[in-house]
Amino acid sequence: MDYTTLRQFADSWGLLAMTVFFIGAVIFALRPGSREAAERAAQIPLKED
Amino acid sequence: MKYAMETILLALAAFAALLGAAFAKDSQFGAHMWVLFFVLTASVIVLMRTSSYAPVDILAEDKSAYMDGPIRYGVIATVFWGVTGFLVGVIVAAQLAFPDLNIEPWLNFGRLRPLHTSAVIFAFGGNALIATSFYVVQRTSRARLFGGNLAWYVFWGYQLFIVMAATGYLLGITQSREYAEPEWYVDIFLTVVWVAYLIVFLGTILNRKEPHIYVANWFYLAFIVTIAMLHIVNNLAVPASFLGSKSYSLFSGVQDALTQWWYGHNAVGFFLTAGFLGMMYYFVPKQAERPVYSYRLSIIHFWSLIFLYIWAGPHHLHYTALPDWAQTLGMVFSIMLWMPSWGGMINGLMTLSGAWDKIRTDPIIRMMVVAIAFYGMSTFEGPMMSIKAVNSLSHYTEWTIGHVHSGALGWNGMITFGAIYFLVPRLWGRERLYSMRLVTWHFWLATLGIVVYAAVMWVAGISQGLMWREYDEQGFLVYSFAESVAAMVPYYIVRTIGGLMFLAGALVMAWNVYMTIRGHVRQEEPLPGAAPALQPAQ
Repeated sequence: MDYTTLRQFADSWGLLAMTVFFIGAVIFALRPGSREAAERAAQIPLKED
Repeated sequence: MKYAMETILLALAAFAALLGAAFAKDSQFGAHMWVLFFVLTASVIVLMRTSSYAPVDILAEDKSAYMDGPIRYGVIATVFWGVTGFLVGVIVAAQLAFPDLNIEPWLNFGRLRPLHTSAVIFAFGGNALIATSFYVVQRTSRARLFGGNLAWYVFWGYQLFIVMAATGYLLGITQSREYAEPEWYVDIFLTVVWVAYLIVFLGTILNRKEPHIYVANWFYLAFIVTIAMLHIVNNLAVPASFLGSKSYSLFSGVQDALTQWWYGHNAVGFFLTAGFLGMMYYFVPKQAERPVYSYRLSIIHFWSLIFLYIWAGPHHLHYTALPDWAQTLGMVFSIMLWMPSWGGMINGLMTLSGAWDKIRTDPIIRMMVVAIAFYGMSTFEGPMMSIKAVNSLSHYTEWTIGHVHSGALGWNGMITFGAIYFLVPRLWGRERLYSMRLVTWHFWLATLGIVVYAAVMWVAGISQGLMWREYDEQGFLVYSFAESVAAMVPYYIVRTIGGLMFLAGALVMAWNVYMTIRGHVRQEEPLPGAAPALQPAQ
């Protein structure tokens, strides 16, 4: 694999894959019903000493 | 016998170091192997003297409880290396102001400067990260550290790395890569220690009894995994000899420079930011006794930071041979980093919402809040400095040094101090710290020290940048380089004073930590407002 192939893959499919993953992660964090799960998770450090 | 195998392996390693010293290809490698031989031999003697020959089942410790031994050692190591690193910082600052203090060859600025940066970032910061990550991952997973004595190997192996790196610098062994100066054999050893660290941390997460992995562990894990990747790629090099201290990088020219700064900036992003954010997301809620302001924001903070930081490195190479598009890419991603950085800062600060009075009454919370404020300030300043037009003024000047120190002293230092003050009474089972008033002293000495330091470096850096680009009407440079150096003297002296104040604060902390561990409680007037105010009858 030479530089040009790698570069073309990186700024097409690679870029798309990372963008989709990132947007997916943000949507998943903000999905309906995540509020209660997040509130439970936020309590984890406070459960014990 | 306890640690029988460990003692034998250490003795064999000591013998190998002796052979390395005997057959060394260059005198520096030979001297370095002598250092290693004496360190390992001393370790063998210590292990043998502390050995107990009782049956194994009597020696067995409680395997159900959390493993806090390496964390206790880690906290002490953090304080020790912190004081050492700050002291060397004051010395190199004084060397710049008074060049006669350069003592050739071992103690000149060129050798002491990497000693200072590595001692503060890797010895102080690294020990703080390892110790707190072991503490946090056990508490938030409700599981004992994975791997038994592997956690001890991580701790002692990391200390050996620090000793080898530090003595190497003084001997003049360096591969001249910023924040990655140790040569190939020390790098390989650190890789082994780091993989062990990953196994302990990841194994504990996999053994967890809490279904959800708390966000602090995400940040710690990102820090461990990314540092492994950065360390390996940046240190790809071919040794000139397997018994010599010199190696040559696999890359050359601008590729080498970009690899170096891809590593260098992500060392800032994942070592000094992601790892310490793990600290923030655990210790701030614990000390404030309230959950993080928005857990969902912390998840978004995590993913944006991970996705953006890795591209920011090229901003260290503006106006160099690096292709223009790569420079612009680095600048754009640095500017985009404003969003997650400030999102995270707001999340940390707003954790105190509804309990703002704690800033007045609790000096530990005050330290953490100042740390988060410095996180916000330095992550605002950094992207600004990455803009090409600003960078053409700020690059290579003292402004950069000021920026690094507001991040490292203000953010990393203060959040670590807060975590240490939180941990010490708990780890040693003390009712409280020896003295809360000393925490207040530490707070003000450190904060004023940073403010003096950063302000002076701004003035110095901007003067320097303006002097270098000042042309007269005929197109000649107005100032020679030596004139811009001479103009720095007053700033260098004041900077040394700022550093001295920060060091004094760290010494106060060391005393406080020592007395707390010894079990003393200072008789003192409680801090104003520290006692709960009486509620009026409804």
